[in-house]
Amino acid sequence: MEATTGTFAVKKGLAQMLKGGVIMDVVTPEQAKIAEEAGACAVMALERVPADIRAQGGVARMSDPELIIAIKEAVSIPVMAKCRIGHFVEAQILESLMIDYIDESEVLTPADEEHHILKHNFTVPFVCGCRNLGEALRRVGEGAAMMRTKGEAGTGDVVEAVRHARTVLGEIRRIQNMPEEELMAYAKNIGAPYELVKETASLGRLPVVNFAAGGIATPADAALMMQLGVDGVFVGSGIFKSGNPGKRAAAIVKATTHFRDASILAEVSKNLGEPMVGRNVSQMPESERIAGRGW
Amino acid sequence: MFRKCLRASVSPAADGNKEFMKIGVLALQGDFLEHKVILQKLGVETIEVRLPKDLAGLSGLIIPGGESTTIGKLAVAFGLMEPLRHFAREFPVWGTCAGAIFLSQNAKKEQPLLKMMDITVERNAFGAQVDSFEADLDIDELKKATGTDDPFRAVFIRAPIIESVRGNARVLSRLADGRIVAAIEGHLLATSFHPELTKDTRFHQYFLSLCKK
Repeated sequence: MEATTGTFAVKKGLAQMLKGGVIMDVVTPEQAKIAEEAGACAVMALERVPADIRAQGGVARMSDPELIIAIKEAVSIPVMAKCRIGHFVEAQILESLMIDYIDESEVLTPADEEHHILKHNFTVPFVCGCRNLGEALRRVGEGAAMMRTKGEAGTGDVVEAVRHARTVLGEIRRIQNMPEEELMAYAKNIGAPYELVKETASLGRLPVVNFAAGGIATPADAALMMQLGVDGVFVGSGIFKSGNPGKRAAAIVKATTHFRDASILAEVSKNLGEPMVGRNVSQMPESERIAGRGW
Repeated sequence: MFRKCLRASVSPAADGNKEFMKIGVLALQGDFLEHKVILQKLGVETIEVRLPKDLAGLSGLIIPGGESTTIGKLAVAFGLMEPLRHFAREFPVWGTCAGAIFLSQNAKKEQPLLKMMDITVERNAFGAQVDSFEADLDIDELKKATGTDDPFRAVFIRAPIIESVRGNARVLSRLADGRIVAAIEGHLLATSFHPELTKDTRFHQYFLSLCKK
């Protein structure tokens, strides 16, 4: 009866436990408690939410381990933390802190402009961002056990999250209808590992759990992403940049569960106070967009 | 088409009315779809339960893995606590991981619990996610019920252990070190691992046999 840790089933398994749930960005232990109390299925521990990273500029790096530990001690739900794209030493440090999931995230300033982390080398599981099927399957090929569509973090504008979810899910629908002999050329064109393209076509979904992220700010946004076909949602700046974080967080949790029930969605959307101000992505210069980071 | 109709009308009688049995899966949060896929593979009609009205007409209920605090808070918010307790008095209920915590009498933390099984659980008993693991379990009752001899490959994700069983609850399975990972009390079943994450359908068959009684 030998026990084995760090298998892909175990890494992917935790993401499966998060399905139908909301993962919330928090920057203090107090916020983590508010998130847990509101029904978050996990929290993302970081020093600054994406909206502040945008506003303040500069190089965004892994958070202070002391903050991550304090957040971990404040709650019983899983705690995730972000490292920079390609920064495998930040990932090693986060693994040593016994963090539950690492987000190799475009929200931080990339450390490598060609390569991502070889995530198979770690016992801790990774989640990565994607805008299309090719990007998603390259990350799975490197060992990501969970995906999230990127959206445009820190904007409160859901348009990019919708674009990326529709792209990924639409491409999956397309390969499901392709004769098998066309899959090799398709894999070549989207730059994805052939075996994973085949697996995705036969499963009719990504081989790992796929959440939505980047711009979700209201219960209706969360339900929209769920109805489009994602497995759950990340909410970053949308909660703690709003007028009444606890109430809004609980409402988004309820909306993610009852995503097809418009009368419940109407009920939970009442009197949530001011949403985060938000930034219109279509009026944002290309240089300020972060979803393009990742290769 | 004709063959399909014929099969549907003939097989229930031949298959112990299995196809007339509707099983619910609590779909507040967690891996409820994974349970649904296995039940459908076994030819059972499956209903996602999000509100009290969804419990009508079910022969059994599975409470999936997920975050037990999230599931508990949503159950409270949507008035499911008493309807679930009422259901569990009458019909079989099986909780996997978070579901097992939710069924327990005591989870040693302040959180909503159904308190239907006389067990005390310790959450995240093995540590953080890096300590999550797979292991083979020899479960006599499962082998007897399904007429097989293979061990059951169990997946433990930030898993709880069942620290103690009392009253009518009894141990169904232990790890090699003696820690309890499955328990049964009448028609209520708790496992700290996730049979829904494997391709092995025997645990679901075992639960369905409880629902048929």
